[in-house]
Amino acid sequence: MLDHLTDIRPAEATARDVPEPLIEARGLCKAYSRRAVVLDGVDLRIEAGERVALIGSNGSGKSTLLKCLIGLHPITGGELTCFGEPVGPQASRAQRLRTRRQTGFVFQKHCLVRRRSVLSNVIHGLFGEAGSWRAFCHSLAPEDWRGRAMEALDAVNLADKAMLRADTLSGGQQQRVAVARALVRRPRLLIADEPAASLDPVSGRNVMELFSTLCREHDITLLYTSHDMAHATAYADRVVALKGGRVHFDRPVAKVSRANLHDVFDG
Amino acid sequence: MAERGFPQPGRFEGFSALNFALLVALGAVILASMGKVAPSPQQLAEGVPGMASLVGRMLPPNTEPAFLARIGMRILETFQIALVGAAIGIVLSLPIAWCAARGVSPFGRGSFLVKAFVSFLRTVPDLVWALLFVASIGLGAVAGTMTIVVDTIGFCGRFFAEAMEDAEKEPQEALSAIGAGKGSILVGAILPDIMPSLINSSLFALEKAVRSSVVLGLVGAGGIGQELKVAFDLFQYRNASMIILAIFLIVLVMEICTDKLRARIQ
Repeated sequence: MLDHLTDIRPAEATARDVPEPLIEARGLCKAYSRRAVVLDGVDLRIEAGERVALIGSNGSGKSTLLKCLIGLHPITGGELTCFGEPVGPQASRAQRLRTRRQTGFVFQKHCLVRRRSVLSNVIHGLFGEAGSWRAFCHSLAPEDWRGRAMEALDAVNLADKAMLRADTLSGGQQQRVAVARALVRRPRLLIADEPAASLDPVSGRNVMELFSTLCREHDITLLYTSHDMAHATAYADRVVALKGGRVHFDRPVAKVSRANLHDVFDG
Repeated sequence: MAERGFPQPGRFEGFSALNFALLVALGAVILASMGKVAPSPQQLAEGVPGMASLVGRMLPPNTEPAFLARIGMRILETFQIALVGAAIGIVLSLPIAWCAARGVSPFGRGSFLVKAFVSFLRTVPDLVWALLFVASIGLGAVAGTMTIVVDTIGFCGRFFAEAMEDAEKEPQEALSAIGAGKGSILVGAILPDIMPSLINSSLFALEKAVRSSVVLGLVGAGGIGQELKVAFDLFQYRNASMIILAIFLIVLVMEICTDKLRARIQ
């Protein structure tokens, strides 16, 4: 009798029933054309609570894989499930939105709306919830959302900058705002695409430490890409290396040697 | 330098014979058209005394208080037509532009149909729209306001849609990645990014509306233009010169105001 509600159940209700693993890809392929094959049979399994670093040289398919995981780029072959639901051409729009709404995504270039305040940008993270037009601007947002956004900003130590315009902050601070935007919805999975790539070494390390701490404290599964070998091994439990669109190796950090890492980026 | 053996590129390299032929054909069309419609020096020479006589009859402009009061009311009406027409047009242009913008529209590839509709509104001149509205609604300011609404949608619909297409893609992708719908992406990422461009286009639309509303009266769609037509029809040239001065003043004031606003935005 309640079947018609299946697609609009809130994320929390769905989350209780999600079987492990959190993400499972089998033979995942992504090609933009016959000649431009980016992912060529990727197998990947990520359990809830894990922190996984995805490494590989430029063009190895890391960013494409991350975007495929939440359906931003449609896959062209294989099977992919996220939170136990299919993500791919066969997934309904509601399934895709449900997956995205349980995921926080941080991009390399932080992708903030420059002309809006820091607080409005964080509240944007609540788009997709009921009455989400009110996330347009912090002045229109419900009190609860404003409180959650301030909490998220406090977690990244930027509560005092809430009313500044986003483009007046430094690169590192903007990236922390992007982290707060990703966290405000209290996601179960946090995906970060080279979050430290556009930052200086100190800011990059700070952002990575922030990710690692927040994910541990809030029991969030973390999947991030990095070109920095130190970042790949310092903040993850496991390293997955991509080479030529395939998984080159997938092993715990403790078993990753310097030679392994060099091998990924050589040739 | 030449001893090193590098051949010099030709002076007209990249300028093909076809381009040359097209240029010659264009020049020929312009010259042929000038022979038919451009004024000859003799016509210009003969027209100068006529123009001088007309200017003589226009001076001094009529400054009778009763006439100035009537002109003042007409100017107010003209400004109201422009302001209300532009405001309604700008508000309606936003959803229309959203539907017409490629890559942003909720209609996907169907956006070109909306774009074609906006092009249609833009390509029909405002005086033709005014004639249509006068014929359907009747003489007066309402027909003028309707004309300005349609004209503004044609103008702003195009520029708003282009601004939406050119908006920064990264924030849109970031919102899409967390499950925001197309409407949320519009209000959350696109509109804040293109706001200066929207305000700029809106100010141009307002300026254009003031200029249009001045002439709409010539076909009976209200405003100061109606007084101008009556003045010329009844050979009241001193009245006409005062009206032309008044038109110049309101257009000038409007341009100064919009220029100042634009400077503040930038």
